[in-house]
Amino acid sequence: MSWTCPLPLRDYPNIVLGHGGGGTLSAELVANLFLPAFRNVAIESLGDSAVLRVPAGRLAFSTDSYVVRPLFFPGGCIGDLAINGTVNDLAMSGAKPLYLSVGFIIEEGLPMSTLGEIVEAMRAAAEKAGVQIVTGDTKVVEKGHGDGCYINTAGIGIIPEGREVGPGRAKPSDAIIVSGTIGDHGMAVMSVREGLEFDTIIESDSAALNGLVEAIFGASGEIHVLRDPTRGGLASSLNEIASQSNVGMALHEHRLPVKPDVQAACELLGMDPIYVANEGKLVAIVSQSAAESVLRAMRGHSMGRDAEIIGTVVTERPGMVTAKTKIGGTRVIPMQIGEQLPRIC
Amino acid sequence: MKYLNEFRDGDTAQKLFREIARVTTKPWALMEVCGGQTHSIIRNGIDQLLPDGIELIHGPGCPVCVTPLEMIDKALAIAAKPGVIFCSFGDMLRVPGSEKDLFRIKSEGADVRIVYSPLDALKIARENPDRQVVFFGIGFETTAPANAMAVSLAAKDNLDNFSVLISHVLVPPAMEAIMTSPINRVQAFLAAGHVCSVMGYWQYPALAERYGVPVVITGFEPLDVLDGIRRAVMQLEAGTHEVENAYGRVVNFEGNKPAQEMLRRVFEVTNRMWRGIGMIPSSGWRLNEEYRYYDAEYKFEVNGIVTKESSLCRSGEVLQGAIKPTACPAFGTVCTPRSPLGATMVSSEGACAAYYNYGRFVNIVDMATA
Amino acid sequence: MCLAVPGQVKDIFDAGGTRMGRVNFGGITKEVCLAYLPDIGVGDYTIVHVGFAISKIDEESAQKTLRMFHDLGILEEELGGAP
Repeated sequence: MSWTCPLPLRDYPNIVLGHGGGGTLSAELVANLFLPAFRNVAIESLGDSAVLRVPAGRLAFSTDSYVVRPLFFPGGCIGDLAINGTVNDLAMSGAKPLYLSVGFIIEEGLPMSTLGEIVEAMRAAAEKAGVQIVTGDTKVVEKGHGDGCYINTAGIGIIPEGREVGPGRAKPSDAIIVSGTIGDHGMAVMSVREGLEFDTIIESDSAALNGLVEAIFGASGEIHVLRDPTRGGLASSLNEIASQSNVGMALHEHRLPVKPDVQAACELLGMDPIYVANEGKLVAIVSQSAAESVLRAMRGHSMGRDAEIIGTVVTERPGMVTAKTKIGGTRVIPMQIGEQLPRIC
Repeated sequence: MKYLNEFRDGDTAQKLFREIARVTTKPWALMEVCGGQTHSIIRNGIDQLLPDGIELIHGPGCPVCVTPLEMIDKALAIAAKPGVIFCSFGDMLRVPGSEKDLFRIKSEGADVRIVYSPLDALKIARENPDRQVVFFGIGFETTAPANAMAVSLAAKDNLDNFSVLISHVLVPPAMEAIMTSPINRVQAFLAAGHVCSVMGYWQYPALAERYGVPVVITGFEPLDVLDGIRRAVMQLEAGTHEVENAYGRVVNFEGNKPAQEMLRRVFEVTNRMWRGIGMIPSSGWRLNEEYRYYDAEYKFEVNGIVTKESSLCRSGEVLQGAIKPTACPAFGTVCTPRSPLGATMVSSEGACAAYYNYGRFVNIVDMATA
Repeated sequence: MCLAVPGQVKDIFDAGGTRMGRVNFGGITKEVCLAYLPDIGVGDYTIVHVGFAISKIDEESAQKTLRMFHDLGILEEELGGAP
């Protein structure tokens, strides 16, 4: 990553408690690190709040906190996760994301260069997603707390009229479409954790999906549900939707797109990709008649090249997700209990 | 993945199902010994598509499930000691002891780490010379060579901060115990393929002869399991009781000699308690005299453990194949993967967990025809 | 029990007296202990359990099994006996 330490910050190779104290050190951090990265009128006014003019309409508002360990992993870091995650949550309501806030909780002793790289990643992700970071906060906690760095982002966006999506809107006969390969992010993180190292690079799929969402709405007005399956994987998201919409879901196992190396990593650890986290994928539940055109639109977008229709919403067994196995049997895909652990047996 | 995907082919599976149906004229009860086979069967829905008369009784081949309660409690006691880094396979983390489990101990501040291999634990010991590193060495004969190697390497380098808590269990004595049980209904065995890749299958002809049961060495992928079932049924129909190797690409009669040599060097046979089943004589391995220094049970005096098992838990009967998980009143109600009463609900290949996770609390026929 | 996964040996090296190798599992490469398979060579397939190669895959046997699956039911189909 290309980040060089600005002059005033070079006196402090590591974050100290003073950087969160509201005094000179804090001001220097804002002026020399955050402002240059998040360059925009709102943030540069340095008011206690960002003052923004927003178009009329329904406001979508989302927040999320990021505590990923390790901070850097193949294909990304906590910084781009923090931006893309909130951008995506807004986009899943059908909103066009506009403005984000960012709150840092940094552990005393974190190298300044590490923070610099994280901020640079956030800048790049925000630019790519077309959003602005307009306000923020920094706190520093004592060494031994904070795991290096925690980030919270909150965001607002406007939902254009006519878009009515929500987890309770799935209808029987709807098509279930996933935007690409599942399990990439979770296995990328797993691949660098102590004791479970692989020699091959599996990359996280961390990405902003608002562009893809626009493409989907461009194809059809019959989009019922959008969801980005992060923790707990595709299985958890589908279970939640099935429950909230009071419908069943019937999937076809062989249609789930999985990268061969992600599949191999899952085989080695005895894990199931359907429960593994994603950070750049969405599932769209759309009316049967719109399925083909939505699929085409998704595949025509850079974020949806590997999109697949993986199943159908059904009336039977409401709240339950089932799948036809490759050999013709049927399995239930329940909600995950806690974190999926690697197994030897 | 080569030598994996080919054995999952859907069309060939359908062919094997038809073939099994064609050769079956009477009802038969088969036991798949290994938990990994149980997992494969339930996950892929193999039992749903077999002809009505073929029953698969799930065996006790889940080393996680059968690790004695006392051993779990010892593990918890050691893991809670200050300065200890306790390393374990992921499977063991949520197995309930008398009070807690490793996951809970970890959240209370103990340094419990999941490792993929015992060599990872050894590496942690080398990197942390001022900490005591303990590895939870559970498993069947398949895992024993790996654990033995870790101990052997530690001994070679005179490491003073590495030890293993060994709880190995052996398959053939368990099969004997099942055949001699008064509630036994097993008529044929699908033997544990990976255990046999280490040990060979020279131990089975005597067992097949003594009890008049066909024994088919079987693999784990859907086609392997189906082929194992096919061959076992054909033998049952013909009235034979031979040992057959259906997993020839991985298993041979003698097994892995260098591995067996290491096992002889490091371990000795011992009696073992199998959780839910009871004492099976000469059914386990422990570190022998020469390697006692690396035995965590000796290094950390963990005596005076008083175990407490839920009276509602019937995992013993499940492990012996006497009942299906759905027959237990606690199944899916008081006992779920989130709040397991016994080990068969925690281990992903424990029959109870497999049934729950793949939805067998829903009527099977209903599901298969959906 | 015994999750063991098939992979191909890519290279072999010595680590402090122990025979180790890099094994490729469908695109993922992991370091594996080969001490229990002294005769295995680069290009061979093996199954790996908890970081140890425990058996060399007999490729001929694998092909034979697959061929047998393929031939299953063919005679019956020819005679028109399949359901």
